[in-house]
Amino acid sequence: MDFFLQLLINGISIGFLYGLAAMGFVMIFKSSSVLNFAHGEMLALGAYIFLTLVTWAELPVPVAFLVSLLGSFILGFVIERLFLRPLIGEPLIYVIMLTVGLAAMMKGFMLLVWGGNLYIYPDFLPAWLTLDLGNIVVPPVYITAIFTGLVFLVIFGLFFKYSSQGIYMRSVADNQPAAMSLGVHVRRVFALSWAIAALVASMSGIVLGVINGINVHDLSAVGLKVFPVVILGGLDSIGGAIIAALIIGLLETFTGGYISPSLRDVVPYIFLIFILMVRPYGLFGLVEIERV
Amino acid sequence: MKIKRPVFHPCGNYFENYKDELKIFETDFGRICTAAGLVLFFILAPWLCGPYTIYVLNLIAITSIAALGLNILIGFTGQISLGHGAFFGVGAYAAAILATDYHFPFLAAVISAGFVTAFVGMVFGLPSGRLKGLYLTIATLAGQFIIEYVLIHWESLTKGTMGIVLPPPSIFGFTLDGDVKYFFASYIFLIAMVLIAVNIMRTRYGRAFIAIRDNDRAAEGMGIPIFRYKILSFGISSFYAGLAGGLWAFYMTSISAEPFTLALSVEYIAMVIIGGLGSISGSIFGAVFITSLNEGLRWITDFLMNAGILEGIELTLAPLRELAFGGAIVLFIIFEPRGIAEVWRIIRSSFRLWPFSY
Repeated sequence: MDFFLQLLINGISIGFLYGLAAMGFVMIFKSSSVLNFAHGEMLALGAYIFLTLVTWAELPVPVAFLVSLLGSFILGFVIERLFLRPLIGEPLIYVIMLTVGLAAMMKGFMLLVWGGNLYIYPDFLPAWLTLDLGNIVVPPVYITAIFTGLVFLVIFGLFFKYSSQGIYMRSVADNQPAAMSLGVHVRRVFALSWAIAALVASMSGIVLGVINGINVHDLSAVGLKVFPVVILGGLDSIGGAIIAALIIGLLETFTGGYISPSLRDVVPYIFLIFILMVRPYGLFGLVEIERV
Repeated sequence: MKIKRPVFHPCGNYFENYKDELKIFETDFGRICTAAGLVLFFILAPWLCGPYTIYVLNLIAITSIAALGLNILIGFTGQISLGHGAFFGVGAYAAAILATDYHFPFLAAVISAGFVTAFVGMVFGLPSGRLKGLYLTIATLAGQFIIEYVLIHWESLTKGTMGIVLPPPSIFGFTLDGDVKYFFASYIFLIAMVLIAVNIMRTRYGRAFIAIRDNDRAAEGMGIPIFRYKILSFGISSFYAGLAGGLWAFYMTSISAEPFTLALSVEYIAMVIIGGLGSISGSIFGAVFITSLNEGLRWITDFLMNAGILEGIELTLAPLRELAFGGAIVLFIIFEPRGIAEVWRIIRSSFRLWPFSY
């Protein structure tokens, strides 16, 4: 029973993290239909920027957090401007491969600067965040993960619903030519969505780094875990991504706990194939109707 | 009136029937040059090159075969697969298991490895019946991870992380020991596979693949059973990957599951894109480019290490390689999306049109 509850809580926390990671991914896909293979590297880069600011520059933690979010926001802009904009209107495979190339470049850069070792953040979370439920202890990181997940979810929900930029982004996602003819600056929307996605990615990278330590290979592997999540949720639904992330997180921890730890990393992909065969547009995705 | 076949390129298209248009070589000059070039290559390369160069040439031949297969799938049929590295691994393991446990001879083992992989590829191509575009790409990504997991964890068959040691290859009692003898084997395989690919693309199957790539709904409307052809394309592509994997396993003499990761799949897609999508010669250009890039970077870092310039600095091969590899992909996509094949075409036509090139 305790084991079950512990797995449940772990699963939910991991699910929330996947959900956070998936949110940035869905944002890019929603506005520009780009499948971003460099998402894991964006997570890792955010985590490394935070690490450098905290340990090397010795900034206080909240300042470092805000500065690294700002840094990745700008980085997102730069990536869009330099690499993605020349490809607007090119076939799918070029855009996919460009993000793959970008992922390799970012990975190489990070290995060059920080090396392949595992880093750990200094302990900065207060101990009172620990949740003690009798036999089960929830460490403060998980509480923070769930809390940040909820905060960002609310912020983005409000952003998409009420802010003008959010409405522009939704309109571009819905129908690009129509949005353009109504005066929406589509290129600016693309740039903004990359910037916001980079920001969200770096935030989830930081939280993941607090939990598992920071390592280029581990964090970029999370970027690939996002795929089963977004497919299950429907590629263009942020709420769906969160729910799907919880399902995938639980699936992973329960497989790891009850069946075999080595199967843990593959089970989301096996599940993914089944979803694709049964409901390719996911739980909440838009069903595409195609005409010649 | 029968027009005599020109020796050089005519200054326009003067085809009188479809048969002329389907010819591989438009002129006798091209045919003779290709044949002479191949003969010269077979005579000169083993004579001029040292063992290391021969080793790189062999790797190029093997990767060219795999890249050719991927180009049939991506460049001609338009189905993006991220599982080619895993299929290559399936081929390598199939050849290794057939050669050790069932004592297949070299040729039989390599070719049956191709067929085994073709079957696996068709199974993982099944989602293409319902999916296309991005969704299919993600399904093949899942296939890559599942195959990788099976290769590592099905220990009774694949020996897990211990790996398998293969017997030395031999054809009809003639042992292929050493790089030079393997050089002939691998290039004969490459030429055969190129010929097969070129000829598939000239038949109704090739035209159906291209129709599916350009517009699958319209292709279906014209009476092409697209599901069957997509599966066939997956099968052919994986056959190439499996054959290349088998050749690679025999060449390396021992294999384990480590190399067949997503990174390898990405490397193959990079070859196809850098070489040129939908171009047979492009696959070979891409394989030459990526393999030489890998080996060149290895050589440079070794040289710098030995010269003692980098002592104290923690510079290993991996980050430099990743940077250069990613940079090559990004630069090619932004500046020459049609790849080296297009550059080659431009160079050739500017020679042909000299002095009036434009």
